[in-house]
Amino acid sequence: MTAAYTSDEMMTVAAARQLHNGTVCFVGIGLPSTAANLARVTSAPDVVLIYESGTLGAKPGRLPLSIGDGILAETADAVVSVPEVFNYWLQPGRIDVGFLSAAQIDRYANINTTVIGADYRHPKVRLPGAGGAPEIAASCREVVVVLRQTPRTFVDRVDFITSVGFGQGPGDRQRLGLSGSGPRVVITDFGILTPDPETCELTLVSVHNGSTAEDARAATGWPLAVSPGLTTTDPPTEEELTVLRRLEATKGA
Amino acid sequence: MAEIVSLSDGIAAVVHDGDTLVMEGFTHLIPFAAGHEIIRQGRRELTLVRMTPDLIYDQLIGMGCASKLIFSWGGNPGVGSLHRFRDAVENAWPVPLDLEEHSHAGMANRYLAGASGLPFAVLRGYVGTDLVAQTDTIRSITCPFTGEVLTAVPALSPDVTIIHAQRADRKGNVQMWGILGVQKEAVLAAKRSLITVEEIVDSLDPQPQEVVLPSFATTYVAVAPGGSHPSYAQGYSLRDNAFYTEWDAISKDRDTFLRWMDENVMRRAPAA
Repeated sequence: MTAAYTSDEMMTVAAARQLHNGTVCFVGIGLPSTAANLARVTSAPDVVLIYESGTLGAKPGRLPLSIGDGILAETADAVVSVPEVFNYWLQPGRIDVGFLSAAQIDRYANINTTVIGADYRHPKVRLPGAGGAPEIAASCREVVVVLRQTPRTFVDRVDFITSVGFGQGPGDRQRLGLSGSGPRVVITDFGILTPDPETCELTLVSVHNGSTAEDARAATGWPLAVSPGLTTTDPPTEEELTVLRRLEATKGA
Repeated sequence: MAEIVSLSDGIAAVVHDGDTLVMEGFTHLIPFAAGHEIIRQGRRELTLVRMTPDLIYDQLIGMGCASKLIFSWGGNPGVGSLHRFRDAVENAWPVPLDLEEHSHAGMANRYLAGASGLPFAVLRGYVGTDLVAQTDTIRSITCPFTGEVLTAVPALSPDVTIIHAQRADRKGNVQMWGILGVQKEAVLAAKRSLITVEEIVDSLDPQPQEVVLPSFATTYVAVAPGGSHPSYAQGYSLRDNAFYTEWDAISKDRDTFLRWMDENVMRRAPAA
């Protein structure tokens, strides 16, 4: 028997399943932090969570609201300075997975968190900006992206490349000298997308229970490729849902 | 040696119109009491520097204290937008705000270079992003040993850096612990500094993962209990996450914002 759940809960659960025991993960705030902590409490107790505030191996018992809540420092294996977390830990390639969200993403998984609108100096919407994301996207061995899928977030070309996915296509990451292999998977409230091994274009490989490939296409601002082997995501288990709801109830408390 | 002064005297001594001002504290230990005193003293044309502008710079920007912002992430953590920052960028209200935008890695390295007395820092960063075209202080440099092309960013050497810390002793040695961001680097990079503290004590008992800033490395110390609220001081207070959430509604509307600032900042006396 499956309990009722929302598409956001399905997205967070599917994202959490991307992390495994022993994975060292650089965690962005918001959806990535929720998913990473769900993984740590359920399937991957030995996942190592690193926040850009310099907390290495944080094990918060409740969800932090920010990347610098006291609960992160109190439960961390080590607390280091911000220059150290970027220079010693991220830059040399010591981190397995970068876990990011985005305001916009394009078909080559480039990410925008800077501005909406064509003119940087006179934006329609001024977004928060880069934070740690450009270097997380460049230097982690691989990247997992989690965001809600709508025609406004899934766009043919992002208005601003804040963090590089696959640039303009195959070979761009190598040409730019980026050490990590880039986005491995994008998790949304409709399904799961992975880059095509040859074209690097995001391809729908799984739809969540209750969604169809047509739904996902309608929520995408380019003609979305769908894998011939399209699968359906396993729905959340009772345990995943129970833990997720318990975590959400403690956010920022 | 650092001189122990009142908050208002300290701000008056170190912050002047047109200065480049750093106020650091990465989510933890953000020097709000000092920010409020700068607003009360009516400073203008400041170049504000901070990795995460947070509510403190949202308030300074909304009160018209700043003409330029150097930063890397301008959101309300876990909540959403900084509305006063957005209004300044999108609508030039109350005054236009120039931006110099970086990534966290770039900003951290700029402080590191400043603290080290170097003109610039080297990192692997920004490559392939649109930030390179918009920010003049991101350049490339070729390694003289390997020929690898890397990114260079100039040192930050502000006129003044202000931070909040847990405590100081009577000689002005400052002790802080918990998440310490770039505070040490930011203080050492500055020409002048002011550190507000929760309390002054006779001796600084050791704390896990502490950093001590020796008195000879700073300019002024001022006591400001609770001076990091709604941020927090580990061991003294908890982050007021409810206020960070409430700020969204307070700051969204110009008049509501101005009323809140009048009641909670302009009409309040600074800490002794």
